[in-house]
Amino acid sequence: MVGPTFGDMTQQGVRWTAEQVLALAPDAASRKAGSKLGAAGPWSEAGSSDEGAVWGLCKGSGSKPYQTVIDVADAGGPAYKCSCPSRKFPCKHALGLLLLWAGGDTVVPRAQAPDWAEQWLSGRRQRAGARRTTTGAASGAAPGDPEAARRRAERRAERITAGATELEQRLTDLLRGGLAGAEQAGYGLWDEAAARMVDAQAPGLAARVRELGAVPGSGAGWPVRLLEECALLHLLDQGWLRRDRLPDGLAATVRARVGLAGSPEGPPVRDRWLVLAQYDTADARLTTRRIWLYGTGSGRTALLLSYGAAGRAPELSLPVGLAFDAEVSAYPGAGQLRGALGEWFSAPEPTERRPPGVSPAEATARYGDALRDDPWLDSVPVVLSRVIPTPDGDAWQLADADGDLALPLTPAARSRPRLWRLVALSGGAPVTVFGEVGHRGFTPLTAWPEGEGRAVGVC
Amino acid sequence: MSGNTTLPKSRDGNFWEELVTVALLGTDRRPVPGLAAGQDAPVALLDAAAVETVRRRAGLRPAPAAARPEPAAEDARPPLPPAAARRLALLLADRPGTGSGGRRGTAPDLMELLPQWLASANARGYAAPSEALPALLDAARGRTDLRPAVLTFAGPRALWLARLNPDWRFALRAAPGGGTGLPDHRDADRARKLWEEGLFTERVALLAAMRAKEPDAARELLESTWATERAEDRLMFLDTLRTRLGAEDEPFLERSLTDRSRNVRATAAELLSALPGSALAARMAARAGSCVAVDHTRSGPVITVEPPHECDAGMERDGVVVKAPAGRGERSWWLGQLVEAAPLGSWSAWLGGRTPEEIVALPVADDWQGELHAAWCRAAVRQRDAGWSKALLGEPSVPQAAGPGAVSLAERAKLLATLGTDERSAWVAGFIAAHGLSEAFQLLGVCTVPWSPALGRAVVDALNIARDAGSYPWSFSGVMGLAERCLDPSEAARLDALTAVPEEVEGASPGAGGYWSEAFQRLVTTLRLRATMWQELSAP
Repeated sequence: MVGPTFGDMTQQGVRWTAEQVLALAPDAASRKAGSKLGAAGPWSEAGSSDEGAVWGLCKGSGSKPYQTVIDVADAGGPAYKCSCPSRKFPCKHALGLLLLWAGGDTVVPRAQAPDWAEQWLSGRRQRAGARRTTTGAASGAAPGDPEAARRRAERRAERITAGATELEQRLTDLLRGGLAGAEQAGYGLWDEAAARMVDAQAPGLAARVRELGAVPGSGAGWPVRLLEECALLHLLDQGWLRRDRLPDGLAATVRARVGLAGSPEGPPVRDRWLVLAQYDTADARLTTRRIWLYGTGSGRTALLLSYGAAGRAPELSLPVGLAFDAEVSAYPGAGQLRGALGEWFSAPEPTERRPPGVSPAEATARYGDALRDDPWLDSVPVVLSRVIPTPDGDAWQLADADGDLALPLTPAARSRPRLWRLVALSGGAPVTVFGEVGHRGFTPLTAWPEGEGRAVGVC
Repeated sequence: MSGNTTLPKSRDGNFWEELVTVALLGTDRRPVPGLAAGQDAPVALLDAAAVETVRRRAGLRPAPAAARPEPAAEDARPPLPPAAARRLALLLADRPGTGSGGRRGTAPDLMELLPQWLASANARGYAAPSEALPALLDAARGRTDLRPAVLTFAGPRALWLARLNPDWRFALRAAPGGGTGLPDHRDADRARKLWEEGLFTERVALLAAMRAKEPDAARELLESTWATERAEDRLMFLDTLRTRLGAEDEPFLERSLTDRSRNVRATAAELLSALPGSALAARMAARAGSCVAVDHTRSGPVITVEPPHECDAGMERDGVVVKAPAGRGERSWWLGQLVEAAPLGSWSAWLGGRTPEEIVALPVADDWQGELHAAWCRAAVRQRDAGWSKALLGEPSVPQAAGPGAVSLAERAKLLATLGTDERSAWVAGFIAAHGLSEAFQLLGVCTVPWSPALGRAVVDALNIARDAGSYPWSFSGVMGLAERCLDPSEAARLDALTAVPEEVEGASPGAGGYWSEAFQRLVTTLRLRATMWQELSAP
């Protein structure tokens, strides 16, 4: 993956943008600290190489400057090394150095890497090369003892079956007594059931059960939403219990929804992928990064997931508005868009290309069609062209500039501060918006102004 | 399910609602519709609900569109160069309250550079990138001093946004030049309507905006309703005439000298005295002149002062305040007011054709010097007379006690403000070279940015001397902060040598050398960053 195709990585035009760099920061304090170090003052002997390495010495409070080196040419996202004691990852020095590098040639000129940086870089690349050979070899051979693996899978399926059966019992008990009682029961009831599903090794079921607990407190209309979610959970239980009788694609979807992580099995699709959106969601333990890609050749949309433990940003960072040539393999399951990045053939570069868009009416139709393959889908990705962000009482909608229909924004989307970037970008004129459309409404993620202009993240 | 999204009508319109009702009450209390024999009721309910849920979601249709907002006005200014747009995003990302307090370290204070960046972008007439507007407005919301520059830069689209977001309503009140929601100054009918029916703040804004563009029209608008305005409102309105005050305003101001309100009278008199050609100025010149003369009967010429014996009705009408503050003699109080309001240009003829320097250099008999010179200082500031200001400031190197007049630092700063840019910075440079930095902060504040080479060198030399004297840099943090923002970026190269940590000398404050090195490093870094910022903004 560190082939000759990365040769133009550090050309002026391909340096990252500041926004791109700041997306790597694990938290707001790091962003700020990194921004402050993104100026020439504390840095010395900074440089970058054609192979995508950036290094520099940063003067800190001690007598010896920190040695910071970054490898931006890694398909798995940039790798960092810094001699500072910070536990943040990347640390403020790495962020500052990348910002400096993003700023232009004068401060971080092309140069030969000094020994201390070169040591780490070459070590990394050797390891990466070795890993690639082994994974290449391993994919042909069966890992471990196939018989033992089969037995493990069987045992897990039995546990999930037991969990699904228990869940069915709980659901029927609940509906026999009535949902009205669920309002008083609160979270306790569901937390306990969710813990049981974790024990049953069905994280997908556990997550759904946990969300049920929040519905009674979610305001007007909660009985409708609770019945919907109970019914879909029931549908998933039943799907699992009768998975033998389902078509292959739907059976794979059920397995994925229950929480049996498959592996990317689809044939690798090589394409020029446009990064449509990147956003993080976090709970106490885990930060999940979602990256939406659009294949300009195949017209396919793919979702990459990347995780970071609490306090760490997920490693993969593909800022909006870049395009790159790479292979993506699909995960199994009908209607599943998740993919895995395979081999890269070019570094991400800024692009003027935009994905083709549809009208609001076509967008909802697309969601309806997708439910055929995966009835548990909350939303599907879609690009809306020529829509105008329009206030509608307390809510907002994206109104078709050339028709009289509109997609309302989800309640969560309309309370985000970044909504205002979308409104500002539009100024009452039509814009192109990428986002997720579903039964809750539309969640805008990225927007392009009318006429020329680069993509702007609005999530 | 979003309340705004229309759902398809069920084949049986009430089927879904019935399912929800059964679910709420429980299948033990209410039968499931269409239950087949032998089916378990809760399971049948869940089955039916699952089908209905997916069916309802699959049939989702868009909602009818609400009324589209009126598009924002065109912004014809050219867009920022890409590098400058990135820099703006970085400056805006450095919001206060996200970092740790305490020692400032070596990194520049980005938020402090935003005002300069905005001024420079505005001077070049760039349009703000639309997506940066929310962050700009948020920044201006927290810092009122940023508002005028932010609103100029943000342009018409910011006002459009402010109408949609109550957090930014300040933009509609505070638009520079009164652009916001105010009728175009050429639209006389709308202006008159707003003047006659608007709220007080709207009327003040309208008047101020108009005054800046068409001073005569603004005054005429004010005169049209003058008699019916309340006294405190009249005072505020009269204050707007300070902008572009001219001889055309004299008749109106002269009439206002008989106003019912004492404060209005005083303000009118003050404005008239700032017009050297006005009748009031001539009356004051005659009164003041009769109190001050040159006595040639002594060994050398000496100024003698004979303060007025009474404050007559004419003086009072011309704005002289009769009652002296506690502790001041009323005759010297009246004298001060007469001299302050008399045109400075009349003194030369009165005192033997002398220049301001010669007049200021004359000895004053009977301890009147302080009173007389202080009044001339106030007159020089009010009449913005650079010649007199220079004379009253004297040589910057002269110790304060020996200078002409007992002029305080605050008064000197005001006098300096009347001088031209070059003279101002040359004087302050001379002052710093002679007296150091301890009293320079206020004077530096009135110097034009970036500082002239001579002034910059004087400040850096003085900082260097302070370091060698062994004090800590935070005793000079005010001047340091100013230097970061005001020194010419091209000075950075000369400063590099100062960033080294010096040997600790005996008698110096412990560790001071390291802190000085850090402070100078931040200074150099900030200057370099500013140079980069200008380059980015100048790029084609």
